Amino acid sequence: MLTVVLACAAILLALAPAAVTLARSPAATRLIYGACLIVSAVSLAAALTHLLGGAPPAAVTLPLGLPWLGAHLRIDALSAFFLAVVDLGAFAASLFALGYGEHEAAPERVLPFYPAFLAAMTLVVLADDAFTFLVSWEFMSLSSWALVMSHHRVPDNVRAGYIYLLMASFGTLALLLAFGLLAGPDGLYTFAEMRAAHPSATLGALVLILALIGAGSKAGLVPLHVWLPLAHPAAPSHVSALMSGVMTKVAVYGLVRIVFDLAGPPAWWWSIVVLALAGITTVMGVLYALMQHDLKRLLAYHTVENIGIICIGLGLALAFEAHGMRFAAALAFTAALLHVFNHSLFKSLLFFGAGAVLTATGERDMDHLGGLIHRMPQTAFVFLIGCAAISALPPLNGFVSEWLTFQAILLSPQLPSWGLKLLVPAVGALLALSAALAAACFVKAYGVTFLGRPRRPAATAAAETDRFSLAAMGLLAALCLMVGVLPGFFINALAPVSDLLVGGHMPAQTGAEWLALVPVAESRSSYDGLLVFLFMTLSAALAAFAIHRLASDRLRRAPAWDCGYPDPNPATQYTAMSFAQPIRRVFGTVVFRAREHGDMPPPGATRPARLSVEIHDLIWETIYAPIAAGIGNAADRLNRLQFLTIRQFLTLVFCTLVILLLVLAVWS
Amino acid sequence: MSGIEFDIAHLLAGSLVLVSFMQLYQDRLYALLNVYALHALVLAASVAWQAFVQDAPHLYVTALIALVFKAIVIPVALHRIIVRLGIHREIETVVGVGVTMLAGIGLVALSMVVMLRITPGADPLAREDLAFALSVVLLGLLMMITRRNAVSQVVGFMSLENGLVLAATGAKGMPLVVEISVAFSILIAFIVIGIFLFRIRERFDTVDVQALDRFRGDRR
Amino acid sequence: MMADLAVQDLAVQGAQMLLVLLLAPALTGFVRKIKARLQRRQGPTLLQPYRDLIRLSRKDVVLAENASWLFRTIPYLIFAATWVAAALVPTFRTGLLFSWSADLIALIALLGSARFFLALAGLDVGTSFGGIGASREVMIASLAEPAMIMTVFTLALIAGSTQLSTMAEFMASPAVGLRVSLALGLFSLIMVAIAENGRIPVDNPATHLELTMVHEAMVLEYSGRHLALIELSSSLKLLLYVSIIACLFAPWAIAPAGASLPALAVGVVAYIVKVAVLGALLAVFETSIAKMRVFRVPEFLGAALMLGLLATLLRFVSGSF
Repeated sequence: MLTVVLACAAILLALAPAAVTLARSPAATRLIYGACLIVSAVSLAAALTHLLGGAPPAAVTLPLGLPWLGAHLRIDALSAFFLAVVDLGAFAASLFALGYGEHEAAPERVLPFYPAFLAAMTLVVLADDAFTFLVSWEFMSLSSWALVMSHHRVPDNVRAGYIYLLMASFGTLALLLAFGLLAGPDGLYTFAEMRAAHPSATLGALVLILALIGAGSKAGLVPLHVWLPLAHPAAPSHVSALMSGVMTKVAVYGLVRIVFDLAGPPAWWWSIVVLALAGITTVMGVLYALMQHDLKRLLAYHTVENIGIICIGLGLALAFEAHGMRFAAALAFTAALLHVFNHSLFKSLLFFGAGAVLTATGERDMDHLGGLIHRMPQTAFVFLIGCAAISALPPLNGFVSEWLTFQAILLSPQLPSWGLKLLVPAVGALLALSAALAAACFVKAYGVTFLGRPRRPAATAAAETDRFSLAAMGLLAALCLMVGVLPGFFINALAPVSDLLVGGHMPAQTGAEWLALVPVAESRSSYDGLLVFLFMTLSAALAAFAIHRLASDRLRRAPAWDCGYPDPNPATQYTAMSFAQPIRRVFGTVVFRAREHGDMPPPGATRPARLSVEIHDLIWETIYAPIAAGIGNAADRLNRLQFLTIRQFLTLVFCTLVILLLVLAVWS
Repeated sequence: MSGIEFDIAHLLAGSLVLVSFMQLYQDRLYALLNVYALHALVLAASVAWQAFVQDAPHLYVTALIALVFKAIVIPVALHRIIVRLGIHREIETVVGVGVTMLAGIGLVALSMVVMLRITPGADPLAREDLAFALSVVLLGLLMMITRRNAVSQVVGFMSLENGLVLAATGAKGMPLVVEISVAFSILIAFIVIGIFLFRIRERFDTVDVQALDRFRGDRR
Repeated sequence: MMADLAVQDLAVQGAQMLLVLLLAPALTGFVRKIKARLQRRQGPTLLQPYRDLIRLSRKDVVLAENASWLFRTIPYLIFAATWVAAALVPTFRTGLLFSWSADLIALIALLGSARFFLALAGLDVGTSFGGIGASREVMIASLAEPAMIMTVFTLALIAGSTQLSTMAEFMASPAVGLRVSLALGLFSLIMVAIAENGRIPVDNPATHLELTMVHEAMVLEYSGRHLALIELSSSLKLLLYVSIIACLFAPWAIAPAGASLPALAVGVVAYIVKVAVLGALLAVFETSIAKMRVFRVPEFLGAALMLGLLATLLRFVSGSF
């Protein structure tokens, strides 16, 4: 299986330069995306075979890279799972791009980097030594940066790419230091050697912090998330889906690999740090999303929230593992991994929908859209399924992972540590709050974009997208429903992963009646997605049948009632900003210092009244802006070193030499 | 101490914390006085229950004092003072209600942690009641520091005293100290009320409520 | 014997589903009647909601010209979600046949999906009334749902399960005791129930002024059988919350699983009495206070969330709370 996957990665790497040469030809898009489609399907099949077949880990060492190290690559249960996530996302994105890519104005800027991006993500997940991991990680950042910069004439994209590059480099630096600490003074760079060496408590703590900074910034943990809502929307939509749905999961893989596997047994307080960060990330992500009126930026901020939910599960797993509660750790860990899979499904689906809307109308701003359900009915239908899934509504998949996380929280009173006793209920409240706010956010996103009346001519002229895009979205929507209705199979598939990392797994989920999900014991709690789905469908059908037969089924159309004051101007309906106003007033005044300014003209003046909303991104203003200003100041001062006389330059060289000789004298 | 007695004592102590939160939530002065009367009522019930359970008849006197003075006399007196001096009847807070409640929850968590960690060997009922009593004291302090209105600060002070009484009655075998402390606290409370209200009267040399009401309205 | 029990279980589940469906309009009519009497009016008869539903379902549906297929299907989706949720709450007997398919958290999520679709319906026709209703509804839900989940956590930590039948049985047993966190949880649950059902002081179910509308604004464009289904769903939701409060905090006389017919009959009568008492208390409460202005509602619900959080915190801290 490992050879199959490596061969696929090699083919993808070979496609990148091939795309450079082919890019100008008209069939290039179909060719490259079609090839990526087939390759990722093969790789997905291989990964699933390894995961479901319960095969032992396989490793290989290639004579690439550093001469004394080589490139170690290994596939175990964790790698197989994340590989499946990557390949499923790649498959769906390639299928979508077969249709979407035709609308790309500059395919030569996208086509070469897309297969490289996919290959890089595959290699990160398979890497078994620090060098291969870091090289693949950087390669992944660079290829996605190139994709972000593909529409480089838009000034926002240039700024987005710059900030992305900075944060990615910073993250890689943190990971470099983390691996350096794990490798120790003897330079044990392979993961197998790192696992065998037992790091001390302080070393483990430092590695945790550095891993959270490095992998967390790529995943989108607050306050390192600032690049995500700039970069993800700037890329073409299928790449945005890959970045949000898949690359953030590769970052989660990095975090899990370092913290759960390489850093040794966790201390009791590690989970406090992770849980606190995760709780803040969850709530801040969804609050930011609610303030947006750009559809893709809203989806990007939502990714931040979902990464928070995943990290809540991981933090709980760490807490349980540190206290030796293997079963509860398995529950929390499985909940986190299931959410990894679910999120890659519905986030990709939503970004594909946003891409379809973008090609149909040319608009990303929700306040310029509306009424698209009539113009693009199939896209509207699958986008609705994506919105319902991400809002954690039964019987879809988002609810299953959230339910499992709640069950893990309910097992937490057994934890003896006081910090956890106070933190876990607070994190539970934050999780519940963000779930409700996420539903509000997606009512806004769907309602303003697809429902109502078109607000601009571009929305009136929209047309349905091509069948490849619809096929990709339909596939993901069907998977969302399937995971929601038959979650037991997916949870059983995750058992080897949780065995590997926390030493236990959830009980097999296929024994209960009607395929119910029983995480602990049937008397304690259970959930049956299939039955809920069947009941809802039957009740709705029964109600429709009964009413249509027994009462009336007549229908006629008329102008909207609107309390007797209908207004034909579509500007009178709610926009994204006005929909969020009550929530902005409740939460935003504290979190964003949101203020509304009304500018009323004096009586007799003919200019219109203006209402403006002022929102401050406090994380940017308190952390990043001062750092940027400080660096600018320091750079300005150091700039004076350019304009010294020759004598002053010589003095500098002389002083440095003297200082080095002094240091040598004192130290030896 | 059998199960049901334990539970009722806890229930009454917890209800005192709940009523403290209700006090934090109020933004009208008369409603605040009513809730304070309820606070004193719950305290009287809790003290009476402790008297029944510990078989200490002098605690019934404490309960009666709490009932008569704190639940009836003081709220009525404050009500009449407010009417006579025309004191501004809306309570202005330093921070919003949400932040105050969050701070209240943090204080309850803090008092739980402190009380349950430093007394590992003591009787469980006494420890947990002490934790509740400390919460009531801290919530009373929180009320005093987050309110600009003098009468509401006085009410915060009095609910702080209620918390101290709850703590004192929870510990078994304290004779006349309880009655003396209760009497002292009422005395101090009246002195405080008097000082505050004289300061208010001399500060607003017009007690015209219309003039004060000009500053009402949306604070944003 | 086993076949008998299985048949009895199935019959009881079916009876439960029919019972909640038939009783829901009666509860609404009962609350309206008591409110009218308290306001010194005669008030409509108890059967008036049934007559309203039948009348509405016989009328033509008048759809706005730009209403979509989603607008037409949403009433059925809302009804399905609410009915499935209501059918899983033990009313006169615990151990319902399908009660293990959805626990209390799934129940809340089902009601959340009903609300999700209702808010979408408000935005569908593109009027400003729908927007007002939808935006206020999601604001209220953003605080009411977490408060409800924290209350569920408290109850689950006391009862050791999130399964409603197990919780009802635990609450009826003497092991429960009088706990502080239960009192806090009850308070929080009542506040959330008032907000979720759109009763005074959060929303006025009888208003037609846009300044005071939340629920009514979202359903403004519905007519005929669609409106009948939505009205029935709101009545079902009220009965659902009343049943949850009754089965968790007043679980006396609920028949256990496998009980005989006389015990079941007693259970049904006890349930109807409990519903009537809680309905009367709701009517008295609604008559005695005024509706809050919209931006006081987040403070009200924030207090409910804090109470729920405090109750959960107490349960985490010590088992005797």
